[in-house]
Amino acid sequence: MTASATSAKPREVRDSVVIRFAGDSGDGIQLTGSQFSAASALAGNDTATFPDFPAEIRAPTGTLAGVSGFQLHFASRDILTPGDRADVLVVMNPAALAANLKWLKPNGILIANADSFQAKNLKMAGYGESPLEDGSLADYQLFQIDLSRLTNDALQGFGLSAKEVERCKNYFALGLVFWLFARNGEMVEDEIRRKFASKPVMMEANLKVFHAGWDYGENTELFALSYSVPAARDIAPGTYRSIAGNEATALGLVAAAHKAGLDLFYGSYPITPASDILHTFAGLKEYGVRTFQAEDEIAAICAAIGAAYGNQLAVTGTSGPGIALKSEAMGLAVMTELPLVIVNVQRGGPSTGLPTKTEQADLLQVLYGRNGESPMPVLAARSAGDAFDTAFEAARVAIKYRVPVVLLTDGAIANGAEPWRIPDVDSLPTIEPNLLDDAAKLDGGPLLPYLRDVETLARPWIKLGTPGLEHRIGGIEKWDKTGHISYDPQNHHNMVKLRQAKVDAIAAEIPPMHLEGAPEGDVLVLTWGSPYGAALTAVRELQAQGRAVTHANLRWLNPLPLDLGALLLKFRTVLVPEINNGQLVKVLRAAYALDIQQYNRISGQPLSVVELRDAILNVLPH
Amino acid sequence: MTLATDIALKPKDFATDQDVRWCPGCGDYAILAAVQRALAKQGIPPHQIATIAGIGCSSRFPYYMATYGFHTIHGRAPAVATGLKVARPDLQVWVATGDGDSLSIGGNHFIHLLRRNVDLKVLLFNNRIYGLTKGQYSPTSELGKKTKSSPQGSVDNPFLPMSLAVGAEGSFLARSIDVDAKTLADVLAAAGAHHGTALVEILQNCNIFNDGAWDHLSSKEFRADQTILLEHGKPMIFGANRDKGIRLNGLRPEVVKIGENGVTEADLWVHDAHDEDPTRAFLLSRMEYPLFPVPVGILRSVQRPVYDALVNAQVDEQKATRKANLQGLLNGRSTWVVG
Repeated sequence: MTASATSAKPREVRDSVVIRFAGDSGDGIQLTGSQFSAASALAGNDTATFPDFPAEIRAPTGTLAGVSGFQLHFASRDILTPGDRADVLVVMNPAALAANLKWLKPNGILIANADSFQAKNLKMAGYGESPLEDGSLADYQLFQIDLSRLTNDALQGFGLSAKEVERCKNYFALGLVFWLFARNGEMVEDEIRRKFASKPVMMEANLKVFHAGWDYGENTELFALSYSVPAARDIAPGTYRSIAGNEATALGLVAAAHKAGLDLFYGSYPITPASDILHTFAGLKEYGVRTFQAEDEIAAICAAIGAAYGNQLAVTGTSGPGIALKSEAMGLAVMTELPLVIVNVQRGGPSTGLPTKTEQADLLQVLYGRNGESPMPVLAARSAGDAFDTAFEAARVAIKYRVPVVLLTDGAIANGAEPWRIPDVDSLPTIEPNLLDDAAKLDGGPLLPYLRDVETLARPWIKLGTPGLEHRIGGIEKWDKTGHISYDPQNHHNMVKLRQAKVDAIAAEIPPMHLEGAPEGDVLVLTWGSPYGAALTAVRELQAQGRAVTHANLRWLNPLPLDLGALLLKFRTVLVPEINNGQLVKVLRAAYALDIQQYNRISGQPLSVVELRDAILNVLPH
Repeated sequence: MTLATDIALKPKDFATDQDVRWCPGCGDYAILAAVQRALAKQGIPPHQIATIAGIGCSSRFPYYMATYGFHTIHGRAPAVATGLKVARPDLQVWVATGDGDSLSIGGNHFIHLLRRNVDLKVLLFNNRIYGLTKGQYSPTSELGKKTKSSPQGSVDNPFLPMSLAVGAEGSFLARSIDVDAKTLADVLAAAGAHHGTALVEILQNCNIFNDGAWDHLSSKEFRADQTILLEHGKPMIFGANRDKGIRLNGLRPEVVKIGENGVTEADLWVHDAHDEDPTRAFLLSRMEYPLFPVPVGILRSVQRPVYDALVNAQVDEQKATRKANLQGLLNGRSTWVVG
């Protein structure tokens, strides 16, 4: 039997739906959410997801600290955010309700696992009386489902322990919402068969429970109608898949290595929320990827620098605290002018901060957080799919200019998934590593490891192991051209200027700013990183109301695009929303001496469309 | 793999045109000359060798070696060298470091290098002092040592590099004295031939900030009686008259006089450098002046899996068994088509 998309009940068509699953971190919420998300994408919806999980791996069951959430926005049009508030909230216990009710729209559908609303769980969640009974949920469409009992009923005769039965209940909930939104269950069934291939009884049990959830929706009188969200039509043609930012980052770098004909070296120390990049790379050895799980963050980047010296595409990845530890070695890469990509998946800070929550507060750290004049190109991805292109670009620039490059993503991009139009490998640009690999290329002249390319100012990347090209590099100031140690005052001045000029020169190849809206007007909303989606959505809403608002996003944070300064002057007001205390604003004010407005909320959560619309309205002329 | 060349190499083939800037009289000069001699003898040409260093006097080493070279940052040479060796197993990689560089700021990388058994040759210049920063006590300085940063005497308990290295699972551990050209040449040759991390502790004199720190071992007058040259498979005998030896009483080494109290050579501890069990290597690492002659030569040399070889074997195996298909990788498990 297959849970199909047919139903005998009336079906209401919706343009877009936001659904939020919440439960204990052991309830399989992330799995449930991502499977629903994948099925929606396969059904042709545009989707955007936001996993919202606790730092604790398994906080005590039933507590507020242990609540894990997964929000999914799926729509029959192009969407850019996981949605501000939910149309549907599925809660597995009272703590999940207490922590997530604030995200549910008035009159939204609330599906509660009624079995779990017992005295002990209610107390842990801070409830006196059960909110299911005391009328406090009157503003919502409340559906009380005895998930545990129904799961248990479905599994009579399977001979499973109570604990094993309890672990199946998320598939009951998933089956029910699949029915509710007319999703095809085949993909889930395949996934269950794959996941439990070695445990036939659990495979059958989960399939049974998934179907039981579907049938419950179809047969019980509780639900009078179901919903459908038709396939989106305004999406660019192509082949799509669902991808999360960390995986996209890894794939972008593997693609760059492939296009450069280089092997890839990834040095990393496990850190939330960047570890999935390491996990992805570890499974890609057939692509010439070597991973080094280092003893610490410093070793991770230093090993990558060693691999860069050894002519591989070298990458290190971490989050903000790791960047702090890598800073000295980042300076070494600047000084030795070696290609290196440094990925920073930003999280809440300072210090340990909020490891599983998102933030954009490392911009100034990566721009300026090193000793000496230590300029480094910095790029930021705006979404999960965009992380592929931005990572590819970071690697291309690192190789072309022989510089360390920082790629910024953040927790929301790293873990959030969205449909991604898969690029044709043949259409990706070739990267020319241009190694100096033969002493004959010196034409009888001396080897000059710091001789500069006229156009890029890049020094040669010398192929190690080549006879006659033995040379020494290091962190001490270099004589230009020869690369010998130099304490000469004028040479140091020249080299500081050269290293800066090399980074500045990259601006010449940054494409013109892409504008969503008119090239002049009342307000320019300028974003970088993950606020892109919410800001663009808010701008589009206001444009539909006839307001003179334009949106632009910066992929390049250093150097800044050459046409940015002139663009800013074309608008009465420039508004920069960021999940920090105003870091890009400081950079722009310093670069252009303009009075730029800022909007900041630093709560570990993505910025919402509603708050950005309000923030724009605030600066629009009344 | 690194290949020896047929062309005879000379020590000067490994020397650069850079002025050597160590203080006149520094022990590093002797070490540099010994390494250049050892490399010439080994026969691997300069372009197949890389010399990596951290920070400190000893870490200037790469500038004076006509190989590929990288003068990195303080304490991090083992990490940079590990990345290089994993990426380029075809190169022979040497690391030059000191007691401050490797045992203090770089202590973490040092122990993890030994644990992983990366195929690197590590020259640990131990002068028991910070030279480049002009004379502060180091992690190997003796308790009570008076320096600029310890005017009343150091209260910092030192550790013994070889004990640390045994605990960190070091597979090749050797020791020499800077002025002992013969032993230094022998251990450098053995280090070059070892597959895995080869650690050579070189007791080195800093004639400016810690002059004479090793005189009790290095001077011709005392060397025979206060050091013991370890030779695999041979009983441990030392002394100017070759009449003293080390006997193991259970797990307790003791100095004995051959011919006295019925002690014969047959009673002596026979050195087994290839003993898989590190217990006796640890006992050797604890033999300290003045209670014992200090062991020089090869304390331990065992074969065990080598990190960079394992990494590259996995890569090669995956390349052979799983065909790389970048488009397939980008496509992932499930796709859908729009338009």
